[in-house]
Amino acid sequence: MSTPIVVEGLTKRFGSFEAVTDVTFTAPAGAITALLGPSGSGKSTVLRMIAGLEEPSAGRIVMDDEELTVKSVQERRVGFVFQHYALFRHMTVAENVGFGLRVRKQDKTVREARVRELLELVHMEPFADRYPEQLSGGQRQRVALARALAPAPRVLLLDEPFGALDAKVRQDLRRWLDELHRELGVTSLLVTHDQEEALELANQIVVMHEGRVEQVGSPGEIYDRPATPFVAGFVGAANVLHGEVVGGHIHLGSIRIPGAAQLPWGETLIAHVPNDDLVGVVEGDTIHVDLRNPKAFLVGSETSTERADVSART
Amino acid sequence: MGSVAQTLGGRSGLWSSQRTTAVLRHLALRGAAVVYLGLLVALPVLAVITKGFGDGLGTFRDAMATPAAWAAIRLTLWTSTVAAGLNAVMGTLLAWVLVRYRFPGRRLLSTLIDLPLAIPTLVTGVMILALYGPNSVFGRFLDDLGIRILFTPIAIVIALCTVTLPLVVRNVQPVLQELDPAEEEAAATLGAGPQATFRRVVFPAIRSAVVAGTLLTFSRCLGEIGSVILVAGNIPKKTLTAPVFIFQLTSQFKPAQAAAVATLLFGLSFVLVLVTSRLIARNEASA
Repeated sequence: MSTPIVVEGLTKRFGSFEAVTDVTFTAPAGAITALLGPSGSGKSTVLRMIAGLEEPSAGRIVMDDEELTVKSVQERRVGFVFQHYALFRHMTVAENVGFGLRVRKQDKTVREARVRELLELVHMEPFADRYPEQLSGGQRQRVALARALAPAPRVLLLDEPFGALDAKVRQDLRRWLDELHRELGVTSLLVTHDQEEALELANQIVVMHEGRVEQVGSPGEIYDRPATPFVAGFVGAANVLHGEVVGGHIHLGSIRIPGAAQLPWGETLIAHVPNDDLVGVVEGDTIHVDLRNPKAFLVGSETSTERADVSART
Repeated sequence: MGSVAQTLGGRSGLWSSQRTTAVLRHLALRGAAVVYLGLLVALPVLAVITKGFGDGLGTFRDAMATPAAWAAIRLTLWTSTVAAGLNAVMGTLLAWVLVRYRFPGRRLLSTLIDLPLAIPTLVTGVMILALYGPNSVFGRFLDDLGIRILFTPIAIVIALCTVTLPLVVRNVQPVLQELDPAEEEAAATLGAGPQATFRRVVFPAIRSAVVAGTLLTFSRCLGEIGSVILVAGNIPKKTLTAPVFIFQLTSQFKPAQAAAVATLLFGLSFVLVLVTSRLIARNEASA
């Protein structure tokens, strides 16, 4: 049984600095939701507040119709995977995986069976008696995942789980996590700064910037219809063109686009052309840009993030 | 190494003369180290043991036959045990506070911890006298409550704790610093409360550092004289510790007796040093 995670108006202040401002989203049950944003965007802080490792200044977190904000870390039953594994270095792989069952006073035979089951799941059974320092980074993270899953948590929280690994291992683990999630179907929240990772793994993406949510949507929506200039610039390899409204026309470099009579004089805009739309273009080609096709162009104000529809053809 | 030089060209003659010099240099260095250690440590140890056992076990037995000798050894052992135990707990706590908390005055606290190592232990003794003496406000206050500190074993324990304060702290601190706080957070998300986290995650990681620091403290306590001689009162069979006893015996021209007690103290310290160095080596291997 999986549960959605409902986050409402979550805010975190460190002294006078507001790291997270009024964050609201729902991570659907059984799906992977990615919290995507650059470093310092507050995404890890949101994850840590859901786990109970950080206390929110305002807002609430609900799981299974149960208000979590007042509960201790220990009572929340969340699985947490850290960027640098955080394995217990003086314990073997099997002892690490069994830790959560041990502190919850599970019967020894039950515990051993569960540890075996999880080591099998993450393909680490031959390493049961090794110590973390004898494992590679990828292996350590698989053990960390098994350890987080062992007490059957209600949700799985992953904080940049592949951040410390090299590109090749990261690719493999990503694919493997995808398969594992299909098998287990546990509600997962993944913090990452890697848009490729978010687009590939997640069913839903929450884009964060400077402590606020910029956009919540499916990977397709985020990629094709970025809601704000920030999302347009951060997600995907896109060309961002800066323009200005002059006398009812939008000036984008040397291009003049009519039909912006409703926009105020002097308003600055950005246009967004995803690189994918330009694949196969060679020198000398004539390019038609259809401004009504949102896939090709976003026009939004740089200052207000409001969308403006422009119906015109070049 | 020789074979490499030979394959490089037929200059083995030159090489072998260089080799001889190198061998001689190694011998000289090693010789110097051995002689220095021998003069400073091995020979005096041999001398005190020979003296202590003089004409066999008899001298040793005679020396130890005086009730004051045994009482002194016993007193030293139990006050050292109490002091080492106290500093094991408080030293670990101090190290924890220094590593995990940021607060105003943390730097000052850190400096204060090292102070007892920097100042002569006699000065520490004078400081304790000044604080608990009948002429100080604090001393008078305790006196009014009927609590006597000076010239009792309590004063000895206080002196020992002060003098050895940095040892556990500075042993545990670097190990704690290396411990990733995420390990404790991981334990918490897995359902472990603060106590279980300390017992199962933190303590196992710092255990050998705590034990090593405690043993070091204990062996340092066994030999402490400077501060103790001032505050203990040195009443035979009551507050006369073994080191002070040895000091008195030598000034009373009883070198054989002094050597006997010293030999016993030496034996205890030696065992402790062996255990400690083994623990420290294991600690470094696991870090």
